[in-house]
Amino acid sequence: MNGHTHHTDDRRELQMARSMCCHCQSEMAGEYFCDRCVKVQPVSKDLDYFSCFGLPRRLAIDTQVLEAKFYELSRAFHPDFYQNKSDAEQSISLGNSAMLNTAYRTLRDPIQRAEYLLDLEAGAVKDIRTSPPADLFEEILELQETLDEFRESDRSSQHAATLRAKLHTDRTNLEERQRDMEARLQQLFGRWDALQDRGEATEQARAERTLILKDMRDILSNRTYVKNIVNDLVATIA
Amino acid sequence: MTRIVGIDLGTTNSLVAYMDKGTPCVISSRHERAMVPSVVALTDNGLIVGDPAKEHLTRNPERTVYSVKRFMGKSLADVQSELAYFPYTLTEKGGVIRIQLGEKSYSPPQISAMILKELKLRAEAFLGESITKAVITVPAYFNDSQRQATKDAGMIAGLEVLRIINEPTAASLAYGLQEKTQGTIVVYDLGGGTFDISILKLKNGIFEVLATNGDTHLGGDDFDQLITDLLLKDIRAQHGLDLSTHPDHMQAVRLQAEGAKIRLSETLKTTVSLDLPDGQGRFTRELTRDQLEALCSPLVERSLGPCRLALKDSGLNPTDIDEVVLVGGATRMPLVRQRVQALFGKEPHCDLNPDEVVALGAAVQADILSGGTTDMLLLDVTPLSLGIETMGGVMSSLIRRNTTIPASAKEMFTTYVDGQTGVDIHILQGERELAKDNRSLARFRLKVPPLPAGVPRIEVTFLIDANGILNVMAKDMRTGETQSIEVKPSYGLSDQEVERMIEDSFKFAADDVSARKVIEARLDAGALITTTEKSLADGGHLVPAEEVAKIRTALSALASAKEGTDPRAIRGRMADLEHAAKGLTVAMLDDSLKQGLQGKKISDVT
Ligand SMILES: Nc1ncnc2c1ncn2[C@@H]1O[C@H](COP(=O)(O)OP(=O)(O)O)[C@@H](O)[C@H]1O
Ligand SMILES: [Mg+2]
Repeated sequence: MNGHTHHTDDRRELQMARSMCCHCQSEMAGEYFCDRCVKVQPVSKDLDYFSCFGLPRRLAIDTQVLEAKFYELSRAFHPDFYQNKSDAEQSISLGNSAMLNTAYRTLRDPIQRAEYLLDLEAGAVKDIRTSPPADLFEEILELQETLDEFRESDRSSQHAATLRAKLHTDRTNLEERQRDMEARLQQLFGRWDALQDRGEATEQARAERTLILKDMRDILSNRTYVKNIVNDLVATIA
Repeated sequence: MTRIVGIDLGTTNSLVAYMDKGTPCVISSRHERAMVPSVVALTDNGLIVGDPAKEHLTRNPERTVYSVKRFMGKSLADVQSELAYFPYTLTEKGGVIRIQLGEKSYSPPQISAMILKELKLRAEAFLGESITKAVITVPAYFNDSQRQATKDAGMIAGLEVLRIINEPTAASLAYGLQEKTQGTIVVYDLGGGTFDISILKLKNGIFEVLATNGDTHLGGDDFDQLITDLLLKDIRAQHGLDLSTHPDHMQAVRLQAEGAKIRLSETLKTTVSLDLPDGQGRFTRELTRDQLEALCSPLVERSLGPCRLALKDSGLNPTDIDEVVLVGGATRMPLVRQRVQALFGKEPHCDLNPDEVVALGAAVQADILSGGTTDMLLLDVTPLSLGIETMGGVMSSLIRRNTTIPASAKEMFTTYVDGQTGVDIHILQGERELAKDNRSLARFRLKVPPLPAGVPRIEVTFLIDANGILNVMAKDMRTGETQSIEVKPSYGLSDQEVERMIEDSFKFAADDVSARKVIEARLDAGALITTTEKSLADGGHLVPAEEVAKIRTALSALASAKEGTDPRAIRGRMADLEHAAKGLTVAMLDDSLKQGLQGKKISDVT
């Protein structure tokens, strides 16, 4: 929690530093452009992607609105429109466009969006799982063995064919698991958004918030783990 | 704002276009067509480019360079397998191919620069102003080295390359402008040497590329090669001759192969025939479209793989595609059309001339950059993943393929040993797991202040700009100091080398210009000789015999001047001839007027 407060302080400072136009040094009132000299301003490094698109920090977002805003900001920032401008403006346009593209790519995909939100809210980078999730432990160990055996087998043999068939079944099962996890994530997303909408500052709300974030993080990292296993499996039997 | 032209620097043909009051137009010069064959020949009168150079393919194969685009940004090892097909000599210096022409050797960007200069001159002559800025197109699937080489070529030609733009996306701009299309479109571009597929979403003037894929080594040239191999085998069987050791005959076979391929796009069968060396007779055989298709079908199939990958990367099914656009000369082959139509389930569009559409799109992009067109914006992607080599020779990906550009990624570096003063970074491009299987782009050494291990924190920003070209910046997070990075390209010219080639090109510019003057003077002289001879034949009887004799003397004086290399002498003899023939011209005009009075309309006579 401490880390989080610290983060906010940082941002305030940066926003203050940015309240001056970087070209004409006048007080800045505009959002991305100085009202006085009409020149483009660098997007603050600490502006989160949601704010960048003028969206609330929610996990359900209207992708049509997101796309429209992305196109609008692309027209504002893209280097194509800065060809005749100063070097300073050209480099701001390049930096802003690159940031905008990353922001759009992140928010467009529901999983990346959730990972990003988790990062913002819980201040932690996503966990990278190195061992199988507890409820899949046995299943995945066995799968690894089958995979190894298949890799070493003579592909034209009857044995390989049996292994391949088994791997196909495993794949179907794992994909089913992945879909389950995604459905559970959807539920958590909904709960998160509802909690934010209520905006309560009670002890209970805080506890729920912590719980949702924790569950989200666990399922996200399990899902990534399973997804990587499936990719590996698909590549091996292809 | 100075004018910016759009250039399609193709493997086979190149074109220049400009924007005329909101409409893109290709530029053609007085006597010639708009397409300039991408061929450069070294003749006794210096270097020549385009159609006249193409004539040297069979006459002077060792000194005539074609398909140079295949060598851009490549090392000799990359093209080892096809060296046998090229009659000119390739060597390598500092990871860059050199092409030997006479005494000198040239890098591919230098050869490309000659083609660009020709286009620049044409544009200048046509527009009556000096041209210094251009947008140049490249295959979408070109990697960083190939893009950089293209930019270098522009610089060597005296052009500021304001933007490198992808060929299929350029084509989409030309289509979008024309039809105000909305929806999801596929651009399938099969040229002479390269294949590209791009999937775009067009909405309210935004052209957003969703995915791109391709093969920088697949095109009409490869079809020609297969047919050539077939013909060579036949010649060996029928005549016991191995033509592969005769560069000039090899070129003749190749041109016959291409001609037959092109004819078979229209007809179902055609005949190939050519003279064998040293009067050993003539080789003839028939080739049917079925035979051609059987031969080329695997190559056409090969192009469908990238199409499927692009669909997958964009998360679309063939049924999501609203329109399919064909670009590039090789898409005129019926087999290509059929296969593309079968894959996407849609009849492809080819309303715009597939030869010109890329240059037209480049002109549109040039107009966007100069502020003329403001309602269109192209959001392109990087075709290949960018990463760095990490421990164990594995590539760690920083920017994934099909990421919208400009794109950036930051990576923090530190040291493992106390007092370590540098960190070596190896930048790669490609989709493979291991560093060695990907394209090495560059290496550089990050400077680090000598501190205990793990203390330094250097943030490196990898930024792919709107040209798809990588820029690297480093910042010491402790001091806030930025560091300029000297990147040594793995397969490219260093800045100093480009600098020197620009200087060279100025030095040789004088030679080049005079060579061009000779060629132009000769062309004009040839035209004058032909018309004068025709006038003598038609109206010689209208003037006294001594005048005819004078004209004949002036004619032969011009003919011998035309053999020389002094353009002023040629122009002088042309003036003499025009003077000598003045009486004849007047007499012929009078005569035709008289005939007109006899009841014919003048327009029928002249
Ligand atoms: N009618 C045709 N049928 C088949 N191939 C053709 C036809 N016209 C041109 N081509 C081939 O198209 C290729 C050139 O296409 P182009 O788009 O000009 O190439 P590039 O963009 O690489 O310069 C050559 O291989 C040529 O033989
Ligand atoms: Mg082309």
